Parts: sequence; structure tokens; C-alpha cells
Amino acid sequence: MEEAFQLALDSAPFLLKGAYYTVILSLGGMFFGLLLGFGLALMRLSRFKLVSWIARIYVSFFRGTPLLVQLFVIYYGLPQLGVELDPLPAALIGFSLNMAAYACEILRAAISSIERGQWEAAASIGMTRAQTLRRAILPQAARTALPPLGNSFISLVKDTALAATIQVPELFRQAQLITARTFEIFTMYLAAALIYWVLASVLSHLQNVLEERVNRHDRES
Amino acid sequence: MIVVEKLTKQFKGQVVLNGIDLKIEEGEVVAIIGPSGSGKTTFLRCLNFLEEPSSGRIKVGDIEIDGSRPLNQQQNLVRRLRQQVGFVFQNFNLFPHRTALENVTEGPTVVKKTPRADAEALGRKLLAKVGLAGKENAYPRRLSGGQQQRVAIARALAMEPAVILFDEPTSALDPELVGEVLATIRGLAEEKRTMVIVTHEMGFARDVANRVVFFDKGVIVEQGEAKALFAAPKEERTRQFLSKFLSAGNGAQ
Repeated sequence: MEEAFQLALDSAPFLLKGAYYTVILSLGGMFFGLLLGFGLALMRLSRFKLVSWIARIYVSFFRGTPLLVQLFVIYYGLPQLGVELDPLPAALIGFSLNMAAYACEILRAAISSIERGQWEAAASIGMTRAQTLRRAILPQAARTALPPLGNSFISLVKDTALAATIQVPELFRQAQLITARTFEIFTMYLAAALIYWVLASVLSHLQNVLEERVNRHDRES
Repeated sequence: MIVVEKLTKQFKGQVVLNGIDLKIEEGEVVAIIGPSGSGKTTFLRCLNFLEEPSSGRIKVGDIEIDGSRPLNQQQNLVRRLRQQVGFVFQNFNLFPHRTALENVTEGPTVVKKTPRADAEALGRKLLAKVGLAGKENAYPRRLSGGQQQRVAIARALAMEPAVILFDEPTSALDPELVGEVLATIRGLAEEKRTMVIVTHEMGFARDVANRVVFFDKGVIVEQGEAKALFAAPKEERTRQFLSKFLSAGNGAQ
């Protein structure tokens, strides 16, 4: 028991370095995924059929294929087309593209759930479509979108372990490397699991705080 | 002030409005009455292009829009017109995530770029005017339907429009809340504000409107000075429609 503890302590710097990459991949994937996903959601809601259709195909592809396969195509496949990426950017691109598909669907559903009267009320005081979105629709849609976005984010944190397969030295990869050296399989993977758990718990908490904030007007008089 | 010429609206092959001509003078209060499905609400929504007309022309002040051209080709014109035309909805449609005051200042600050302090001063003044002083920081869901509708009226007023359109402003209200909203509208009529009101409140239409327009099946069947029309409708169809209301004894109100 003591030995296992000592091992965990000795490995801590490596695991924490891995956790650092996990956080980078999670935050980066979420950030760029949200940006792209928002653009896709607007495309989906466009009155131009072709634009909407392109977004639909995008979402269908990235939700309909395994994330692992997407990462392999980007990291191992693209070099054959002359596009060589380092592991970290390749993983970031993969997670962002994948997250964008889920974010698109969540945002589209949230925006569609706002009743037409809100668009009309904003139009009736002369707002542009962009002003209407920013001032009236998105603040309300955010309330609907936050819980599922938070869930997607937590899934993303756990999915970043897949980056281990394309050489990113993130948390799971570090655990693998230490295990290969020490054969302390149980201890190392359990330690890695605990760190994922802490990360996910912190994020859940932040999600709750954020939800409280956007729901403010429900409570205050 | 407002000139509507040959306005038509078809919806999925069905004719909702069949060539409406109507002129509204500055300071006039026009009530539009008629059975459900007569096209009166559609007509009102066409006036500020919440509904896209199939053809016809609408002129408000110096802004003129050809309804037969696609609206998204003349969006700037439509937006300019909407700033001149306030709209009060049957279901209020307040922004639920904004306080009463924020609902009122939204138009001036976002659309007109009025400095926040000025917009808030105006907003407080307007909320006081509709009898809601002290409710500035209340969110809509904490307000009664009547209060919400009065905030909506203040929101429309805040854009200082040339005309305000009311789409059945009391239809979604509990009976005991109807009076406060009608009183607010009556107050605006006394200030000689130009208003067009689609309503089922016949007594109100007769007492407050200068002119009443009776819609049926997508056309204007009859129009005239409010009291005269209620006292002696010329058309058989109008008589039928009003008979229910008159025989119910509401005529004495």
C-alpha cells in the first residue's frame, strides 16, 4: 500500500503534465467547437436551403462516425495528402470539429425553442436579425443550451483520452507510459481515473454556477 | 399618415386579404372589428410587415413599401418603417430575461442608440405613464398579464412611433385585468395618438375610436364614424355581426 502511494507520488509530475494536456484539449476543443458549432447552427437555420443542407451534412458526418476514426484520419491520413500535423494540433482540430457537430445541434434546438413572438417583438421595435439574436434570442437560448452543452463538455473531457492513440502526451498516455515502465497497472490507471474524476467534478460545478447565473431572472423579482 | 392600397395576402392558395384600401389620418384612432378569420389581425400584421403581403402598397409617413417585392430585398426600409410603427401583441411578448425598465429601454438603446441615461429617464417616465412606477426592476414573470401588457405599451411608446398598432391587446387577459389596459389605451387616445386597434371589445371600440372598420372574409365590408356605425350599420353583414353585441345589452356601457 505504502509502495503504491509512493509510486503515485513519484508519478504525480508526469500525470499532472498529462492532465495539463487534457485540460488544453478540453478547453480548446470546447472553445473552437462552440464557435464553429454556432456558425453551423446559424447555417442550419438559414432560409437558404443549400447553406442549411451543408451544415446538416457536416453534423451528420461528425456525429455518425467514431471520434477515434476522425482522429486517425486527421493525424495518420492527412499526411498522405501532404498535410502533416503535430499530435496536439491534430487532436485539437479533431475534437473541435467533432464538438462543433454536437454544439450545432444543441444550439439549433435551443434557438428554435424560442417562441416566434420574441423574434416578432424584437422586429417590431426595429431590431436587425443580428441584434435580435444577440439581445433577445441567444440570452434565452443559452438557458436551454447550457445543460446539454455542459454534458457534452464533460464527455469531451473523457474523450480526450483518445488523443493517447495519436501520440498526444495527455493524462491517459502518461499513465500508459508509466505503467509500461513500472508494471503498476492498477495504481496508475486508478490514479489517472481519479484525476479525470476531479476534472469532471470541477467542470460540473462550474456548469451549475453558470446555469444559476443565466437563470437569475427566474428567481429575482 | 398611413395609406394602404390594394393590399392582398394569400396563404397557401387561400385568400386572406382581398384588396384592402385604407387611409388613416394623423391623430385618428381606428378600431378594426370583425369575426375571427376575417383577416383583421393579418391586416394589422401586414402594416408593419410581421406578415409579408402578397401585393399592394403601404405608406407610413414618407416611407413607402411595395408589398409585391420580396421583403428581404428591402429590409432597411422595413426596419425604418417598423421604427415608425409600434406594435402591441395579444400575448405581450415581453423579453422575459429583461426587467420592465430594460424591456422599455431596449429599443431606444439598441436600435436608436440613445444614451443609456436618457433612455432610462424616458423608460421611467413611460412606465409611470402606464401606471407602473415602482415596477421598473420587476421581471415580466412577476407581473400580472395586465401589467405585462402595459409594459409592452410603454415599450412601443419608447420608440416614439408615428402610429401604434394593437392586436387584440386584451384577449389574453383575465377579465378583471382588461379594464386597466383599456384605460391605458384610452389615455393614449386622449393625447391624439394615431392608433389602429384590432379588438373584440365593442364598447371600447365605440367609445374610444374615431372610426370603426368592419372586416369580413378578407375585405372591408363597412367603415364609418364609430358611434354612427354602431348605432346604424348600413350593411346586412355588419348588422348580423353587431346584433349579438347589441342585444347582449353591452350597448348601454
